[in-house]
Amino acid sequence: MTMMQKFLGAAATLALSAGASLADPALIYDLGGKFDKSFNEAAHVGAEKWKADTGNSYNEIELQSEAQREQALRRFAEAGNNPIVMTGFAFGSVLGEVAPDYPDTKFAIIDMVVDAPNVRSVVFNEHEGSYLVGMMAAMASESGTVGFIGGMDIPLIRKFACGYVQGVKAANPDATIIQNMTGTTPAAWNDPVKGGELTKAQISQGADVVYAAAGGTGVGVLQAAADEGILSIGVDSNQNHLHPGKVLTSMTKRVDIAVYDAFAGGMDLETGFNVLGLAEDGVGYAMDDNNAPLVSDEMVAAVEAAKAKIVAGEIAVHDYMSDNACPVK
Amino acid sequence: MDFATVLQVFDSTVRLATPLLLACLAGLYSERAGIFDIGLEGKMLAAAFFSGAVAAVTGSVWLGLLAGIAASMALSGIHGLASITFRGNQLISGVAINFLAAGLTVVIAQDWFQQGGRTPSLVGGARFSPIELPFAEAVKDVPIIGQTYYQLISGHTALVYIAFAMVPLTWWLLFRTRFGLRLRAVGENPAAVDTAGVSVIGIRYAAVAICGLLCGIAGAYLATALQAGFVKDMTAGRGYIALAALIFAKWRPWYALSSTLLFGFLQAIALRYQNIDLGGFVVPVQFMDALPYILTVVILAGFVGKAIPPRAGGEPYAKER
Repeated sequence: MTMMQKFLGAAATLALSAGASLADPALIYDLGGKFDKSFNEAAHVGAEKWKADTGNSYNEIELQSEAQREQALRRFAEAGNNPIVMTGFAFGSVLGEVAPDYPDTKFAIIDMVVDAPNVRSVVFNEHEGSYLVGMMAAMASESGTVGFIGGMDIPLIRKFACGYVQGVKAANPDATIIQNMTGTTPAAWNDPVKGGELTKAQISQGADVVYAAAGGTGVGVLQAAADEGILSIGVDSNQNHLHPGKVLTSMTKRVDIAVYDAFAGGMDLETGFNVLGLAEDGVGYAMDDNNAPLVSDEMVAAVEAAKAKIVAGEIAVHDYMSDNACPVK
Repeated sequence: MDFATVLQVFDSTVRLATPLLLACLAGLYSERAGIFDIGLEGKMLAAAFFSGAVAAVTGSVWLGLLAGIAASMALSGIHGLASITFRGNQLISGVAINFLAAGLTVVIAQDWFQQGGRTPSLVGGARFSPIELPFAEAVKDVPIIGQTYYQLISGHTALVYIAFAMVPLTWWLLFRTRFGLRLRAVGENPAAVDTAGVSVIGIRYAAVAICGLLCGIAGAYLATALQAGFVKDMTAGRGYIALAALIFAKWRPWYALSSTLLFGFLQAIALRYQNIDLGGFVVPVQFMDALPYILTVVILAGFVGKAIPPRAGGEPYAKER
């Protein structure tokens, strides 16, 4: 009975808060879940920072299935939340349909471009950040073989892979890169066992630095790499602390900044196309006490030089999503 | 492909096949006794969570294993209660268990650890470490045999050896003991067993309990041996592949070993060579992932041999109408 009371109580609170939350911003996390130690968690951090800075509240929901995307979006819009921020490419088609129905509501989508007058599309130049960590991987590798493990096989993840490959080749033209994708369904974001097995397979093929761009699956990749005594590279959030001394660096993608900015924009959110790259510090590589012993001054110097050149436009890192092809393998 | 690569692929096969084998044998006991069980996935998931959680809190992997087994057996008890005592639909009860486990594990994990439905990473004694078999180091340079022994046979965790030991044990128990004969009879013709004065209910509960035990070991293997902690939905459909393997194995222990090894091998190949190029014709990785299910359908359709399930499978036993 107490269980039932709890449920009813929770439902009542939800209903109340929905009514009281006029013009509060809302955040929708993708299937990986709020605490994936990666992409969605970064969004959560940004929202919490906004909450701490402004003292305002926001609404959030973690999706449990594909079917909830449109439902969650419409529900927030009808409840008067504004702006509504969603993380993940998978919202693209749904938002394209929903956005025109609520012309007074502002939406922000991260990692995808939706062309509508009330939508801000935030995309990151992941290929630039991946280029930098690729250079570091090549310089840290002793075997000359490095690995890449992606999550779901989608153009966005291939963009990571392509930037990484270009970076590796820039630092060591003779390097071999082994690329694997975990799967072709959303389950590929949450299969650490398969991630670990893929890592072991890459290690047995000679890889001694592995870059994981795979959401929750990446946790398994980093674990297997630490177990086998090789280096790994985290993604999205700073994952260096997961295995101190075993994670070379993390390709950070400042989803937190994107969410913070969108929330701060409020109802007057500037819509349109918003690119965060190296120049805007939207992507980068993570340095802290956990990986300081692993990264030599020489590596930092080389990476900083490359970063300056990319920002200045002297090095053009190819974007896989521009033509769905990668010039180097 | 040199010999070392072959060994690595087989090594990966063993790791991937172990949870399938345990779950497959679990299903075998249950289904041989006439209780269909599609809740293998849910039981493994619950066991994975509780073994990871208890191991993380206590720092002892063996306590974790016990907790995992207990959780899995508790779900087995629910399945037994619904389908044996109350004669409910076994498929529905199994589905309910899958949903229950998928939801509960995440909710409890969030409540206990506040890490978004996962357990903290396990370190040191909270994980199963590989066992080095005797003489493995000494013979590792002996070509073929020594290498095979060192790479493939030695260096797995205790649960792997337990899983493989379960195969002859299951065969002996089912086909060479009185209990086994009764268990199989209960799945074929429960009325006959009842006439002989043996409790159908008791035998079926025993079978379901063994099923829970084995699923518990399988779940603990995922969370505390292969990985270092529980992650949401980490079984990723392995319970269903185990069911497919059970049908493929025609409900026999030794066939179960070969079918799970085959499915594990297919996964290992798919992980190692994503798209296989057969001279101009590329086999996509999705095909390799789907192959276990395709093979099962082929078997079920009667193209290769005949898969005959236990005759009383799925039917609750009522003593008197």
